[in-house]
Amino acid sequence: MHFLDFEQPLEELQKLISDIQKNESIDDISKAESLQLLGQQYKTKQEKIYQNLSPWQKVQVARHPERPYSLYYISQICEQFTELHGDRNFRDDKAIIGGLGIIDGQTVMVIGHQKGENIKARQFRNFGMPNPEGYRKALRLMKMAERFNMPIVCLIDTPGAYPGIEAEERGQSQAIAQNLFEMAKLQVPIISVIIGEGASGGALGIGVGNRVLMLENTWYTVISPEACAAILWRSSEHKVKAAEALKLTANDALNLGIIDKIIPEPLGGAHSDPSTAATLLKTEILAQLAQLKPLSTTELVSQRIAKYEAMGQFDYKEA
Amino acid sequence: MAWYERNKQNITTTNNEKREIPEGIWHQCESCRTVTLVKDFIQDKYTCHSCGHHERIGSKEYFELLFDNKEYTPLITNLKSRDFLNFVDTKPYIERLENTRKKTGLDEATAVAHGKIEGMDLVISAMDFDFIGGSMGSVMGEKMAKAIDYAIQHRCAFMIISQSGGARMMESSLSLMQMAKVSAKLTQLAAAKLPYFSLLTNPTTGGVSASFAMLGDINMAEPKALVGFAGARVIKETIRVKELPENFQSAESNLENGFVDMIVDRKKLRCQLAELLRYWQHL
Repeated sequence: MHFLDFEQPLEELQKLISDIQKNESIDDISKAESLQLLGQQYKTKQEKIYQNLSPWQKVQVARHPERPYSLYYISQICEQFTELHGDRNFRDDKAIIGGLGIIDGQTVMVIGHQKGENIKARQFRNFGMPNPEGYRKALRLMKMAERFNMPIVCLIDTPGAYPGIEAEERGQSQAIAQNLFEMAKLQVPIISVIIGEGASGGALGIGVGNRVLMLENTWYTVISPEACAAILWRSSEHKVKAAEALKLTANDALNLGIIDKIIPEPLGGAHSDPSTAATLLKTEILAQLAQLKPLSTTELVSQRIAKYEAMGQFDYKEA
Repeated sequence: MAWYERNKQNITTTNNEKREIPEGIWHQCESCRTVTLVKDFIQDKYTCHSCGHHERIGSKEYFELLFDNKEYTPLITNLKSRDFLNFVDTKPYIERLENTRKKTGLDEATAVAHGKIEGMDLVISAMDFDFIGGSMGSVMGEKMAKAIDYAIQHRCAFMIISQSGGARMMESSLSLMQMAKVSAKLTQLAAAKLPYFSLLTNPTTGGVSASFAMLGDINMAEPKALVGFAGARVIKETIRVKELPENFQSAESNLENGFVDMIVDRKKLRCQLAELLRYWQHL
């Protein structure tokens, strides 16, 4: 189990719990009693910590190395799933996955950023940072979904689109821009869910939707707190301040009107109980699908465009 | 006062003010240091006659050098930025806005105008880099959205002249959403079968390049303009190199890699736009 810095009291309790479990000199009855007591304490402490997470702590939870990623959720949510590969132009990007799935008897196209579970897998997935071909693969699959009238579900979890030489040369900007344009007018329902990190254009590139949802302990904004701090405060050490200022939590996003709903996570974050997290996610996706399915293609497109058109806050000059 | 005197005395005025200086004053090229008369420099559309360097100009200069007889109607002039997050970095956003307005005489990082080029209608949304790096916030997105509505309503071609470092961080996620907002509006322009020209000038990066700037029916770039997604420093840090390839993220490499249709010298821009607009007159 990996504990975050602010989870230190939990780590200590956990250590105590495993010490007691291992201790053979304690009789079973007192062992069970102590374990129950400690278990209670652990839960209370966890509740207290998780009820008051700061924006930076939420960023940490969103990046938790044991947090479930797209393929895990897909395996839990879909009765069957067939991954499809490649952008048909250049390559198969490993940081964005996608394919056909059946959720509760309905065929959908599922697309998601994918991070790796261990060092090797993280490198293989390029830490969830897509190259242009990832966005182009996503678009290819979305166009296919549109052809066959399949709803699209996008799972977002990226520290950003990859900032590399080849990514630039192959048109990272153009790839993301094209997705924003095409996703705005796709004639099928699109549900986007931020399941981890929602960093900037790299997230938005598969994030335009009729419904945009965020899991409770995720972040979504224009830049990572570290990069923001490096630019505005001239040092990434001000990341905690930047995280506060950016209003990047799910609650903030809801208040700003950039998302429609927050999906709760199990106590202690999605990583502490991935299967419950998946159930909560599935329930919400199904609820949203049910709302969107009756809409005509025209309604879907105009709802989506109107939704984004309404985003922004400004003043009118006095006459 | 001559430029060398000004330099000696550490006098620095903004380019805008410099351009107000009457004829007969010298201009020194930022790139090759060649000295020319300001009058000639303006005649050359603020490009250097010696090395071809395109000095950055603002929305007003573009409107005047592109529209017939320098005549145009400013549109959507009633919006101003709001500090809805009470954003404070090294300076409060609200102060930054106020200072920038005073310093530049501009009210935002983008201005919209309707005019004619050789008699053909065009709505242009042009950015001003001097206004917080041409950064894209809610006002820019709203101005562009309304400009697109206007273009559709009046059956005009539409153009965006980009010069921006990207999204305005002080408006956080709502600045990010302007990418989706303007891109979504462009689908309506496309559905109305009206052309969209995108001109990328120095620099066009980040969220601006990763949205509407790259979405032109015809993408044009000014010579040597920096055009790319990620900043050079971020790329160097990520891939751990000291130097990036020559011409990396230049207008020329974007042409080579297939992301812009043409590189247009500013002296020929008006002529090029007229040539393009004519195609839509003969449908």
